[in-house]
Amino acid sequence: MALNRSNWRATAEAIAIPIVAILFALILFGIFCAFCGKNPLSIYGAIYSTAFGNWRTFQGTLLRAAPLMLTALCTALPARLGLMIIGNEGALVMGGIGATIAGLMLSYGSLLPNVDQVKNTLGLPSLTVQIGMALGGILFGGLWIAAVGALRHYRAVNETISSLLMNYIAIALLNHLVEGPMKDPASLNKPSSFPIPDAYQLSNISGTRIHYGLLYGLIACIISYFLIQHTTFGFAARTAGGNVKAARIAGLPVGKLTVIICFLAGSCAGLAGMVEVAAVQGQANGSLVAGYGYAGILVAFVARYNPLAAAIVAVLLGGIINSGGALQRTFNMPDATVLVFQGLVFIVVLYSESLYGRLKIFKEAEVKAPPPSAASTAVPV
Amino acid sequence: MSTKRSLYLPRRQVIRGILATAAFGATSKLWTGCSSTPEGASGPGGDASPTAEGGKPIVIGFIYNAPKDDYGWNQAQATGAAAIASIAGIKIVEQESVPETKEVQEVMRNMIEQDSATVIIPTSFGYFDPHVLQVAKDYPEVQFFHSGTLWKEGLPKNVGSYFALVDEGQYLAGRIAAQASKSGKIGFVGAKPINPVLRNINSFMLGVRSVKPNVKMQVIFTGDWSLPVKEAEATNSLVDQGADVIAVHVDSPKVVIETAEKRGVLSSGFHSDQSALAPKGYLTGTMYNWGTIHKKYVELLKSGKTLMNGGIPHQVIGGIAEDYISLATFGPAVTDAIKKDVEATKAKIVDGSTVVYTGPIKDNGGAVKIPGGKKYPVTAQELTQIDWLAEGVSGKTS
Amino acid sequence: MAAEALGWWGVPLGIMAGTLRGSAPFLFVSLGECLTEKSGKINLGLEGTLLTGAMSAYAVSYQLKDVVGPGLSPWIGVLVAGIAGMALGFIHAWLSQQPKVNDIAVGIAMIIFGSGIAFFFGKPFIKPQAPQLLTFDLGNWSSLPQVQSALKISPLFLLGLIIAPAMAWFFKSTRWGLFIRAVGDSPDAALAMGVSIKKVRMLCIIAGSFLAGIGGACLSLYYPGLWSETISSGQGLMAVALVIFARWNPIQCLWASLFFGGAQAIGPALQSVGIDQGRYLFNAAPYVLTLLIMIITCSPKKTLSGAPGALGTIN
Repeated sequence: MALNRSNWRATAEAIAIPIVAILFALILFGIFCAFCGKNPLSIYGAIYSTAFGNWRTFQGTLLRAAPLMLTALCTALPARLGLMIIGNEGALVMGGIGATIAGLMLSYGSLLPNVDQVKNTLGLPSLTVQIGMALGGILFGGLWIAAVGALRHYRAVNETISSLLMNYIAIALLNHLVEGPMKDPASLNKPSSFPIPDAYQLSNISGTRIHYGLLYGLIACIISYFLIQHTTFGFAARTAGGNVKAARIAGLPVGKLTVIICFLAGSCAGLAGMVEVAAVQGQANGSLVAGYGYAGILVAFVARYNPLAAAIVAVLLGGIINSGGALQRTFNMPDATVLVFQGLVFIVVLYSESLYGRLKIFKEAEVKAPPPSAASTAVPV
Repeated sequence: MSTKRSLYLPRRQVIRGILATAAFGATSKLWTGCSSTPEGASGPGGDASPTAEGGKPIVIGFIYNAPKDDYGWNQAQATGAAAIASIAGIKIVEQESVPETKEVQEVMRNMIEQDSATVIIPTSFGYFDPHVLQVAKDYPEVQFFHSGTLWKEGLPKNVGSYFALVDEGQYLAGRIAAQASKSGKIGFVGAKPINPVLRNINSFMLGVRSVKPNVKMQVIFTGDWSLPVKEAEATNSLVDQGADVIAVHVDSPKVVIETAEKRGVLSSGFHSDQSALAPKGYLTGTMYNWGTIHKKYVELLKSGKTLMNGGIPHQVIGGIAEDYISLATFGPAVTDAIKKDVEATKAKIVDGSTVVYTGPIKDNGGAVKIPGGKKYPVTAQELTQIDWLAEGVSGKTS
Repeated sequence: MAAEALGWWGVPLGIMAGTLRGSAPFLFVSLGECLTEKSGKINLGLEGTLLTGAMSAYAVSYQLKDVVGPGLSPWIGVLVAGIAGMALGFIHAWLSQQPKVNDIAVGIAMIIFGSGIAFFFGKPFIKPQAPQLLTFDLGNWSSLPQVQSALKISPLFLLGLIIAPAMAWFFKSTRWGLFIRAVGDSPDAALAMGVSIKKVRMLCIIAGSFLAGIGGACLSLYYPGLWSETISSGQGLMAVALVIFARWNPIQCLWASLFFGGAQAIGPALQSVGIDQGRYLFNAAPYVLTLLIMIITCSPKKTLSGAPGALGTIN
C-alpha cells in the first residue's frame, strides 16, 4: 500500500498526539511532585531508569505488561463493536478458576485429590495439561463475557453495568470456591485451591525472568489486530459497531457477531487468568484479584482500542507501575503517587482524543475529504 | 489553490518547527533526567556512605502488602522498621501496597539491584511461597527475613522466619475480658477463618474460659482484611445479640473499637495500642513489638553474622517472654483486682507453669483436639495446623 | 449497659438498623448519578468522588476541631466534601464533553485520579479521630438499647430523604427540570428550546458530584465514621447500577439505596445468630439480584421506561 500524503499525515497524527499527551502528563506530574517538594527532574530520571533503563529492569516492565495486554483486549475488542465492557477483572478471575479446574482435573483427576492422587499424578505430558489449562481459562473467561454480550443483544441489558456487576460476582465466586469446595486443607494461612504440580507450570522464556504469558499477550494482540483490521469478520464487526441499523440492513448477523466478539474478548482476559495461575501463583487464590483487569481497561482506552497499540501501551503502563516502586523507595513518596500519575496520564490522553482531526498541522489543506479508513478508527460508542 | 497552499505551508512549517523543538526540548529534558540517574540511583547509597565513613551501610528493604499507615498489621511492622531506621550504619528502603504476585518478586529484585539491599524483610504471609523462595534462590548472598512461621529445614539457607506469637497475649486479654464482662457473652470480629485468626480466637477463648467456663463467644467473619462497613455492622450485630465485650482480628481494629465505644460496650484491640480510640470501653489488646526483633537482627547483622554462616537463627519466634508482644495500655474497666490477676498469670506464663494450649481442649463440635495431658508451647508446630474453633465459640471455619 | 439478647429478632432489627445506618452514602451517590444521567451523561467516576469526599470531610473535620469546635467542624467537612466533589465533577464534565471522548473512559480515569488524590492526601488522617456529625436519637421511647441505637439517625440521611422527593418534583414540575430532561432525552429538542446542552450537562454533573462528595462525608463522618482507604466498598461504582435499578427515578433511588444499605447488614446479622454458610455468596447477593432484575426488566423491543434517550451517545 503506497503511502499517499494524507495517509502519512494520519499516521503522523496518530503517533504525535499520544506522545505529546504523555509528555504533557509528565510535565503535570512533575509540577505535582515539585509541589510535594521533590525534584521533578530526578523523578523523571528514576522513572526512566527503573522502567526502561536496562535489560534487567525492562524485564520487570515487560513482566507487568503481559497480563495487561490480555486484559486490555477484553475491552478493546468489544469496543470496535460499540460495546463498552469493563468486566475484565471478572473474566480474568473466571479464567483463573477455569484453568485451575482444568489443571487439577488433568493432573490429579480430581479437584480435591487425596494423598494417593497427589502422589500418583495422571502423568500426562506437560504440553497437554498446559493446553488444557489454557482452554479452561479461555472457555470460562470467554463464556463469562459472552454472557454479557448475549444479555446485551437479546435482553438489551446495558453491557457496562452488567459486566461491572459480574466482576463482583466472579470475585465472590472465587473466594467461595477457594475457601469451600476447592480448598486445599493444607492452605491454612491463605485459602487456596490445590496447587498445580510444578512440572505443569508455565516456565520462563529462557534466559529471562519473563514467563510465556508475555508471548501469549503479544500473539493475542497481533491476531486480534489482523482479525479486526484485515478480515471480513472484523470488517463486519466494525460495520456493526459504526451503525447497527445499517449492519442489519446489510444482512449482518449482529447477534452472532456480538456474542462471538465478546467470547473472544473474555477469552483473552481468561487467558490472562490462566497465566496468573499457571506461571505465577501455581494455584487459585485471592491473589488473582490484583487489579490487572481494571488496569487493562485503561490500556484499552489509551490505545484507542487498537490491539497493536494496546501491546505498546501495556508496556508503557507496566513501566509506570514498575517505576512506582522507585518513587516509594528512593523518594519516600506514598503508594498513591503512582495512582495520581496514572490518573493524570489517562486524563490528558483522553483529552488528546478530541484533538484528532482538529489540528491544522495534520490536515490536508481542504483538498480531499479524509479517506474512510481513517474515519473508521474514530471512537465507536 | 496554489496561493492557499503557499499561505498554509509556512504556517504549518512554523507549527511543525515549534513541535519539533518542543519534542527536542522534552527529549533533552528526559536525557538530562537520565544522565542524572546514575547520581540519583547511587544517591541514596552515596548519601549514606559518607556518614557511615568507611563501611557501607547495610540496606534493609521492607515490603508491605497494603499502605503502611493502615493502623493495623502493616503499621505495626512499619513502626518496627522505623525503630531501626535511625541506627547508624543501617539504611532502610520501604515499599507499600505490593500485591502477592510477580510484583513482589520484582520489588525484591529492584531493592537488591537498584538500592543494593542485602537484607529483605517481606512482611506479608502470602509473599513466602512461591515468591520469597524463588528470589532467594537467585540471590544466595541476600538474606530474607520473612514475617511468619513458614521456614523449614530444607528451604534455602538464606531465608529465615521471624514471628511474634500472640496466643499468650490474647489469653491474658481473654482473662481480662471474662472478668470485665457482665453478660457472659463475648463477640469476636474476624477477617477470615485462617490459622492465625483461629489461633487468636481460640487463645482468647481459652483465657476467657480459664476464668469463667460458661462464657459464650460468637464469631463473625467479615470475609476480608479491611471492610470498614462490614466490620461496623458485625460489631453492631454482636452487641444487639447481647455481647458486652468485642474482640477483633482484622487489619485495622479502629472501626470495631470505635463502634463498640459508641454502643457503650467494652472492647479488646489488636496489633497496636488503641486505648486512645475508646477512653471508656477499651480493655487492652495484644500489640506487636516488631522493633524488638528488628533491633536484634540489626545487632547480629552489624557484627557480621548471617543466616548462611549460622550466626542468625532461621526461626526467631517468641511470645510474651521475649517481649515480642505485650499488652496495650489498660482501660478504666480493668480494675486493680484484674490487673493483679494479669500480673500473676503473666508471671506464670513466662516461667512456663501456665501453658495456653494445655489439653484436654475440645473444638466447638465436641471433638477432642488436644488430648488431656498434652501441653503445646506457643512455638509448637502442631498449633500451626489449627483449623478449628475451641469449645464455647459459635461460628464455623468454612 | 448490657442488654438482653434478642435472638432471632435481632436479625430483622439488625438489617433494619443497618439499612438506616448504611444507606445514606448509597442514597447520595445514586441521587447524584441520577441527576447526571438525566442530562444524558454517565459518571462512572463517582467512586473517586466518594473517596475524595470522605477523605476531605474527615480531614477538615479533624483539622478544624480546635478552630471552630467539634460541633461545627464536621459540618464544614461536609461542605468541603461537596466542594471537592464539585472540583472532580468539573473535570469530568469538561472532559466528557470534548468531541469523541467517551464518558465511561473518563469515568474510569476519574476513579483512578480521584482515589489517587484521596489516598495521597489522606495518609495523615487514617490514625487520628475526627469529630463526628451529631445524630438524632429517635429511639428514646424504647427501653431496648438495641432499638435506641438503631434509631440514631444521621441528619445527612434525613437530608437525603428530603432531597429524593425534592429532586423528583424538580424534574417533573420545574422549568429547569424540564430543560434537564430535554437535554437528556432529545438534545435536538433542547437546542430548539434554546437551551445550552453543554451548560446544562456541566451543571448537572457538577451538582451530581457535589451530592456524591457528601455521600463520602456520610461514610467518614457518620457511619462507619473514619477515614480508611477501603472505606468505600464500591458504593460509588454501584451508583450506576442503582440508578438503572431505580429507573432514573429519584424516589426509587431512595428505595434502591435502602435495599443496598440493608443488604450490607444481612451477612453479619445472620452470622450473629449462627448462620454462616456461603458468606461470600451472601455478600454478592445484591449484585446478583441487580443483574437478575436488569435481565428480567430489560427488553430489546423497547428502551427502559425512564431511560434518558441520549444516554451513552457520543457528542
